[in-house]
Amino acid sequence: MIDRLNTIARRVPTWVVYIVGLLPIPWLLFQAQTGGLGAEPIKALEKELGLLALQLLIAGLVITPARRYLRLNLIKFRRALGLLAFIYVSLHLLVWLVLDVGILSQIWADILKRPYITIGMAGFACLVPLAATSNNFSIRKLGATWRKLHRLTYLAAILAGVHFIWLVKGFQIEPLLYMAAILALLLLRLPKRR
Amino acid sequence: MAYRWINTLTDKDVTPHAAFMNRRQIMGGALAGIGLAGIAGATSAAPEGLEPNSYEDITSYNNYYEFGTGKDDPARYADRLTIEPWTVQIDGLVDKPGAYGFDDIMQQMTIEERIYRFRCVEAWSMVVPWNGFELADLLNMAGVQSGAKYVSFETALRPDEMPGVAYNVLDWPYVEGLRLDEAMHPLTIMATGIYGKDIPKQNGAPLRLVVPWKYGYKSIKSVVRITLTDTQPPTSWNKANAGEYGFYSNVNPEVDHPRWSQASERVIGGGLFSKRIPTLMFNGYEAEVAELYAGMDLSKDI
Repeated sequence: MIDRLNTIARRVPTWVVYIVGLLPIPWLLFQAQTGGLGAEPIKALEKELGLLALQLLIAGLVITPARRYLRLNLIKFRRALGLLAFIYVSLHLLVWLVLDVGILSQIWADILKRPYITIGMAGFACLVPLAATSNNFSIRKLGATWRKLHRLTYLAAILAGVHFIWLVKGFQIEPLLYMAAILALLLLRLPKRR
Repeated sequence: MAYRWINTLTDKDVTPHAAFMNRRQIMGGALAGIGLAGIAGATSAAPEGLEPNSYEDITSYNNYYEFGTGKDDPARYADRLTIEPWTVQIDGLVDKPGAYGFDDIMQQMTIEERIYRFRCVEAWSMVVPWNGFELADLLNMAGVQSGAKYVSFETALRPDEMPGVAYNVLDWPYVEGLRLDEAMHPLTIMATGIYGKDIPKQNGAPLRLVVPWKYGYKSIKSVVRITLTDTQPPTSWNKANAGEYGFYSNVNPEVDHPRWSQASERVIGGGLFSKRIPTLMFNGYEAEVAELYAGMDLSKDI
């Protein structure tokens, strides 16, 4: 069964993942403009983009445990998942900057004074060097350092999880489920006990 | 007695229901629709020119966590709530405590239209054309005794009808409270309708409180109990997080929520490119209510 999935995975070109991964963007924009995102499309769009970014980050974190424990080999798609996550985080940030707050002075105040936004910015900052080095040229140039740098993904995922928990009102389940998934996937990366 | 606060608006200012149902089609891709300019300009000034949100917006974008924490959950699930028969238990320091039937209450009250700004603590707002009666009239019907200093309220708690109460987002049942002078204020109403129709379940049917100068969570929905008391009653969001939500919860652009600014708000219905507008002190009702808080430090008594 796994062998069949691996065979299929080998045949699917990576660009398919990029296309499928980017399809939600025009769809969401269309929905936002025509009422499909409800009465407040700005926050709704911001949330959908943020959730997609988080889901893509998590999908990227699934790859190694899936290979280790299920022998499912999806490594070749991991770069696409990471870059797509970065694209969605950037759009999420852009919607916040331009459509949500819009006022330059308030943006800066928010970043400094609101912990959940500071955390979100820190998560974004972690992803920037990762996106910049998600190419073969960087892997060649950085060598072993590349692997160490890309462990920043773990920090970015945790920061994203905390960002989500911190921005909701009251005690809500959804962000806690995402955090649980992130932590579980990180724990699966720990070396197996002999 | 009713009609102690009169809108500066008249019936002819209220946008016809039909026109508002088509509003989204009219605005479509237009970035600066006529409606947007109207909202942005008018609400930063006096109450004149308050343009009510569409019935669709008002009834599809709700915080009613008993039905789920998504903004669209109440519209999706609130139809499960049974509202007939409905009684309001009025007790505590009143002359005539007892279970008051909703129909009996409605027969005694004078229903009027009140077009109010509604400001959520999450920094979004709407203008809602409520129909309802002054809370003071209901309290006077029960006879408030002289020792009473506060009024507490309770929402219905129906685990078999409310899927959200399985989660402890808040302590259920939802409770709220007002100081007696706030409860007896002419602006404070019990709303029983919107746009002349019975108030929908997702908006707090069959009757809910509306205190327009406070953050929306004070305007407790689907009221089943009102108690007159001499001690400050517990309120749900204050119980959940006292550092973020106080008893008074007056709309105040100068006092930020710990996690976000309260200086501006998003008017619902403006679409993807709507601009934020500055939040007004007491949600624009400063002239009517500021005296209630004379001498209080509103940065401490949040």
